[in-house]
Amino acid sequence: MAINQGPVLEFEKPILELEKQIEELRVFSRDKNIPMEEQIHVLEQKARSLQTEIYKNLTPLQRIQIVRHPKRPTFLDYVGIIFTNFIELHGDRNFKDDPAMVGGIAYLDDIPVTVIGQQKGRDTKENIYRNFGLPHPEGYRKALRLMHQADKFGRPIICLVDVVGAYPGIEAEERGQGEAIARNIQEMAGLSVPVVVLITGEGGSGGALAIGIGNRVLMMENAWYSVISPEGCASILYRDASKAGEAVQALKISAPNLLEMDIVDEIISEPLGGAHKNPQETANNMKTGIIKHLTPLLKLTPEELLADRYQRFRQYGKFIEN
Amino acid sequence: MIIPLLIRDFEAGVGMAIKDLFKTKPKYITVKPSGEFPGKIPSIEKKEIPDGLWVKCDRCSQITYHKDLEKNLKVCPKCSFHFRINAKERLELLVDNGGFQETDANMRTVNILGFPDYENKLKKSQKNTELIEGVITGRALINEIPTSLAIIDFGFIGGSMGSVVGEKLTRAAELAIKEKIPLIIISGGGGGARMHEGIFSLMQMAKTSQVLNKLSDAGCLYISVLTDPTMGGVLASFASLGDVIIAEPDALIGFTGPRVIQQTIRQILPAGFQTSQFQLEHGFVDLIVQRKDLKATLTQLLKFHLKGGKVNGN
Ligand SMILES: [Zn+2]
Repeated sequence: MAINQGPVLEFEKPILELEKQIEELRVFSRDKNIPMEEQIHVLEQKARSLQTEIYKNLTPLQRIQIVRHPKRPTFLDYVGIIFTNFIELHGDRNFKDDPAMVGGIAYLDDIPVTVIGQQKGRDTKENIYRNFGLPHPEGYRKALRLMHQADKFGRPIICLVDVVGAYPGIEAEERGQGEAIARNIQEMAGLSVPVVVLITGEGGSGGALAIGIGNRVLMMENAWYSVISPEGCASILYRDASKAGEAVQALKISAPNLLEMDIVDEIISEPLGGAHKNPQETANNMKTGIIKHLTPLLKLTPEELLADRYQRFRQYGKFIEN
Repeated sequence: MIIPLLIRDFEAGVGMAIKDLFKTKPKYITVKPSGEFPGKIPSIEKKEIPDGLWVKCDRCSQITYHKDLEKNLKVCPKCSFHFRINAKERLELLVDNGGFQETDANMRTVNILGFPDYENKLKKSQKNTELIEGVITGRALINEIPTSLAIIDFGFIGGSMGSVVGEKLTRAAELAIKEKIPLIIISGGGGGARMHEGIFSLMQMAKTSQVLNKLSDAGCLYISVLTDPTMGGVLASFASLGDVIIAEPDALIGFTGPRVIQQTIRQILPAGFQTSQFQLEHGFVDLIVQRKDLKATLTQLLKFHLKGGKVNGN
């Protein structure tokens, strides 16, 4: 069952333990020719209920472990299942092509769309090439170029967000990381085509928001979306990055919290145990969600789309006036 | 595992870590960078003027009498190092006598997430700054030219942007649109987006950036003035989007805080990294203006945009 699903997370170990016992019992029963169907059946039921119990009661921190699982599907994995005929378009036409940000044109069923997202690596080598999915300014500028292109040809834009944050380095600063993010946010607000954003894994601060100004914003069940990473918050709040669990509770960054606060419109469910347990099923759920939210937007005029998006972001914030 | 190491807390620089910088002395403070900006990189905390009668300049070590320094707009008379000033002092400096009409003066923060210790932080900042929140907004006359002016106070939770700061800045832009007057925002926020309001503070980046499209459509001028420090979510939203961007000398301006970058890349940062001069050289600010010249320069820029006696109308 757990074939090719990568490392087992700490909280999953009891499930694995039980599965191992069942397997041992099967072997024993077969070798000794002792019928043990009933015992095995009982244990299997126990394994199933244990699975449900563990996966249905995940803490926010355990969910973060799931979205950081090395086998978690990446942007291009999803694109391959959700869309057809994807053509990747490279470069910001200014400095270089950033492999941490990927974008292109594809069909969503029969609708041509522009798809953009951060690309993490699937192994160490690819992670180095992809800079762990942490974009430089040219990545954000490429994304913006592709959005303008979509705008020109009236293509809806689908952004799949999965980023811990914009890359913190000397060159990123030299080339204006802050300006690149600001520009994206401002110009996304001015797009006259439908924009659907789906936070697939990590929604880290400005690095996420820079492709996050959507008419609709959706979120995977285990994803997080926050102004600061849990570790960053913990190191400020408790002077201890390992207290991320407490920081997560304080920041309210998990999908149910954000749905309740109207930051996201719908939570897309993942297979029991997370997206990596069944990427196909996950991508199907994503596609259903994207189509559901895109369809009504296709009927709106450019002016209505602009007003709709503007209103969404205008209303955020709580304060008292007297 | 490389990722956790890499990501450990660089995001801190995006959120509130800058504030963090001021509390703990970064390890590399003793490193004397050579070149144009000696001692510049991490010495943020020293820029506050202490209560004593004599103040030692952080850059040239000149000792100046407290009152003389204030008379000189808190700029070192020897090397013109710019110490920080607060929002009220800035207001005095820029706005004509009696020419300020504050807006949304009573807008207050709510601890929307029930974030630990947030109320205490707010109370402390209110006491220290004598402000209700981190930005002053209003109609301001600058050499008799009407403007919509917003000034962020660094002393208020590191000049960070929560719901109130985001809303007041947005309304300042809306006022400019409605009255067809220029918008001037003086950023002095090291905190970026305010962690204590979680996702709502991130959304302020969207709110304050998108209103600038409307401002632009209305043909209004927007001047963004960056003072020490302008970092994180503040830089990555409205502060970077001015028609004209002015930086004060000696300001730290960047997206990720220097400490966090240093921790990530494990190299000594180059001298002058993320200073006003650095941003000018890299093309992200239009000009650096000395504090004593700021009002005159703003006036000159405003006058360029006067049409038929009115500012920037059509
Ligand atoms: Zn000096």
